[in-house]
Amino acid sequence: MHAPSYRPDALIGEDIETYLDRHRDKSLLRFITCGSVDDGKSTLIGRLLYDSKQIFEDQLASLEADSRRVGTQGENIDFALLVDGLAAEREQGITIDVAYRFFATDKRKFIVADTPGHEQYTRNMVTGASTADLAVILIDARKGVLTQTRRHSYLAHLIGIRRIVLAVNKMDLVGYGEAVFDRIVADYRAFAASIGIADFLAIPVSGLAGDNIAGPSGNMPWYSGPTLIGHLEAVPIDAEQGQRAPFRLPVQWVNRPDHAFRGFAGLIASGTVRPGDPVRVLPSGRTTTVARIVTLDGDLPQAVAGQSVTLTFADEIDCSRGCVIAAADAPPEVADQFEATIVWMADEEMLPGRPYWLKLGTQTVTASMQHPKYQVNVNTMEHLAAKTLELNAIGVANLSTDRPLVFEPYETSRDLGGFILIDKLSNATVGAGLLHFALRRSQNVHWQALDVTRERRAALKNQKPAVLWLTGLSGAGKSTIANLVEKKLARMNRHTFLLDGDNVRHGLNKDLGFTDADRVENIRRIGEVAKLMTDAGLIVVTAFISPFRAERRMVREMMAPGEFVEVFVDTPLAEAEARDVKGLYKKARAGELKNFTGIDSPYEPPEHPELRIDTTTMSPEQAADLIIERLIG
Amino acid sequence: MNETAGIESASALRLTHLQRLEAESIHIMREVVAEADRPVMLYSIGKDSAVMLHLARKAFFPAPPPFPLLHVDTTWKFRAMYELREKAARAAGMELLVWRNPEARAKGINPFDHGALHTDLWKTEGLRQALDHYGFDAAFGGARRDEEKSRAKERIFSFRSANHRWDPKNQRPELWHLYNARKARGESIRVFPLSNWTELDIWQYIHLENIEIVPLYFAARRPTVERDGLILMVDDDRFRLRPGEVPVERSIRFRTLGCYPLTGAVESTAATLPDIIREMLLSPTSERQGRAIDKEAGSGSMEKKKQEGYF
Repeated sequence: MHAPSYRPDALIGEDIETYLDRHRDKSLLRFITCGSVDDGKSTLIGRLLYDSKQIFEDQLASLEADSRRVGTQGENIDFALLVDGLAAEREQGITIDVAYRFFATDKRKFIVADTPGHEQYTRNMVTGASTADLAVILIDARKGVLTQTRRHSYLAHLIGIRRIVLAVNKMDLVGYGEAVFDRIVADYRAFAASIGIADFLAIPVSGLAGDNIAGPSGNMPWYSGPTLIGHLEAVPIDAEQGQRAPFRLPVQWVNRPDHAFRGFAGLIASGTVRPGDPVRVLPSGRTTTVARIVTLDGDLPQAVAGQSVTLTFADEIDCSRGCVIAAADAPPEVADQFEATIVWMADEEMLPGRPYWLKLGTQTVTASMQHPKYQVNVNTMEHLAAKTLELNAIGVANLSTDRPLVFEPYETSRDLGGFILIDKLSNATVGAGLLHFALRRSQNVHWQALDVTRERRAALKNQKPAVLWLTGLSGAGKSTIANLVEKKLARMNRHTFLLDGDNVRHGLNKDLGFTDADRVENIRRIGEVAKLMTDAGLIVVTAFISPFRAERRMVREMMAPGEFVEVFVDTPLAEAEARDVKGLYKKARAGELKNFTGIDSPYEPPEHPELRIDTTTMSPEQAADLIIERLIG
Repeated sequence: MNETAGIESASALRLTHLQRLEAESIHIMREVVAEADRPVMLYSIGKDSAVMLHLARKAFFPAPPPFPLLHVDTTWKFRAMYELREKAARAAGMELLVWRNPEARAKGINPFDHGALHTDLWKTEGLRQALDHYGFDAAFGGARRDEEKSRAKERIFSFRSANHRWDPKNQRPELWHLYNARKARGESIRVFPLSNWTELDIWQYIHLENIEIVPLYFAARRPTVERDGLILMVDDDRFRLRPGEVPVERSIRFRTLGCYPLTGAVESTAATLPDIIREMLLSPTSERQGRAIDKEAGSGSMEKKKQEGYF
């Protein structure tokens, strides 16, 4: 063990006030380190903390003890142990999540997002990169540019990091050779240009020995560029550049302590604002001027990108959470159909057509994706055909939202172009996305206002339109009951239409199979057809397995309130299988039929159906009467 | 006047790291208030809580912060802490809720007889009880990522199951400034607005913003005993002296505040904030060293505590 102990800046002892003034005026740089355990990433970060004097004596003591016990560096300190956090990970010897580290030099404070290099963790790297100004891409000098180097560089570039540092590490293990370094840099340059990385800085380092980390390396006199810390201290910071863009403030919260005050609180995404500035509130487009910039420390004469403020307006105009206050003469766009890159982050695959929550800035809307146009192989950057996106897949797809979104292309603004996707049932964050542009049809296709309204059509038929949605396992008795319901309604002079699973699959949906994605699309189309029929004034009876809650909910949300009646035809699997009217269960059990609901594909029973039919205690006749009673009675 | 303004706008206004941290924390708090049904701020009366409360006042000004303060009390805090607690809540115009685990109280759990059980029952269990009792679905906490290794991976919005467990494998990715605050009934979120602050940032900010903190952070002569390598302050007559122990006046201060019989002081003469910061920067040991809690089970102990629901 030959680690020097913590040696603080002499100024601290001599003149603390001057030291504090200096520290107060530091700027903040956020960066990400990309590489695998083998590249010596944890060691490099440990070294950055150590060389910038962020390691205390007690930590050093426990580090020395751990190094002896489980370290991989023999008699030397294993810096990797400083940063490997969770107990389980330490046992496995790998980092498996995004960890944030902090250190400061005399010029800057740094926040480092430390992400693992394993293939299955694209999600973590994208997460860590989303807040970073700069990426340090680690390369093992002995191995050169690897597949994972390409992957990391692609992801950093995708997420909009414009400053890339190539840290060629473990130079001590290649005899500090200049030729090795030059060859790696040339390889990387060729690759970087191919994916659009215009510029990068390559630094030969040794995290273990400390070469070119804080001070220039005596071992590599042939290198005259900056050290790693020197470079990190000098690069420009994105947030400051954002001040030059037009003003945008996504409204988080309306502050109304009393009737006299109405303020709009948020974090300024870009630009600068002063009292008197003309602003436009989107999506409404109304204009006013900024009256005050209110803070606890008194009103401000101006505020800039990166500050959390509260604005008041000269006029009383509508403005609430989700609105964007923007420079009046340069407002952002508003649209409801987009092309976007999607990074999928959940075990359960992305299902085209399924509605997800989309959160962008302070706006939350419902969005659904179309089939991906292509998926990107992050190792080769090839475009592959894809029907869905699986965990860690990146693809480009069109999406539409149920309400207009105020947005900017991600290239212009991370804050108004980056979004997350949230599963409506599990509430998990399942994806992230980057908006590229609004589809032109979104601006050009308008709803045609019709003179004969749905109310008029329903009145002509002397009925209230509805959708009786029967869901349940195959063989539960849905079609039998639906048929009876329609017959009885027809006898009562009601205008009806029965949409039946098998029949629809012979026509409208004959291009669809039985994968999860196709099942979602099947239900989406049926939902749209049912909706048109209710617009026509009809009572629609449907009989579909419709196994997923999310899609049943999607259809429910398409309909006018109260028009969707979910009927759970509840037949236990054993009973349905025993009936096996069409012989399908037998085939599924024999493995001849794939993705069969109840056998190798799940059925999610309704949690709160309007009606539950227990077919083990009720005849189809009784069931039909009960449904009609619910509808008419 | 106008001319000056014109010159200013030509060059970018450089935000300092503290200004950016402040803006981030305020943004986080506003997101929670906009999206949660019933938020609360956990207030431990320490320096981090003081900064968090100050930021909350800034975030919602001119309104008072639209949530109550909750102190999960162990009845064994320093007297000076209780005094500041009342004063700070009043100054912020906020409701102060104090929760003392009735079970721990009935059993007379105390730091002298019960060791780790004391923290477990009063704090960990008490916090769960309080959140369930009031039905809070989001709780602000003052934890920072730089405090401990397992916290480096903690999300800003940290999800807890209906029984308050933290599952490190099942946390939501956090991208950009987008926080997903959706949850099922019974689930809750712990929110850490100070995640990206370091200890030095906290001190510097207290100094800059002139935030009131418990006087125990400043050195003064106080009655103490030395026990198991810690200097303990004899804060009231409940302190049980061991045979042969006689309280000795020492000039001490505290780097961190908890239950007084469990919190070690450092000998110091630092009586001003710059003095304290100087001492901290020159100190060879990290912040939590004075707390007995981390020493129990080696470097995995905080992670275990977190899984069980300790903050």
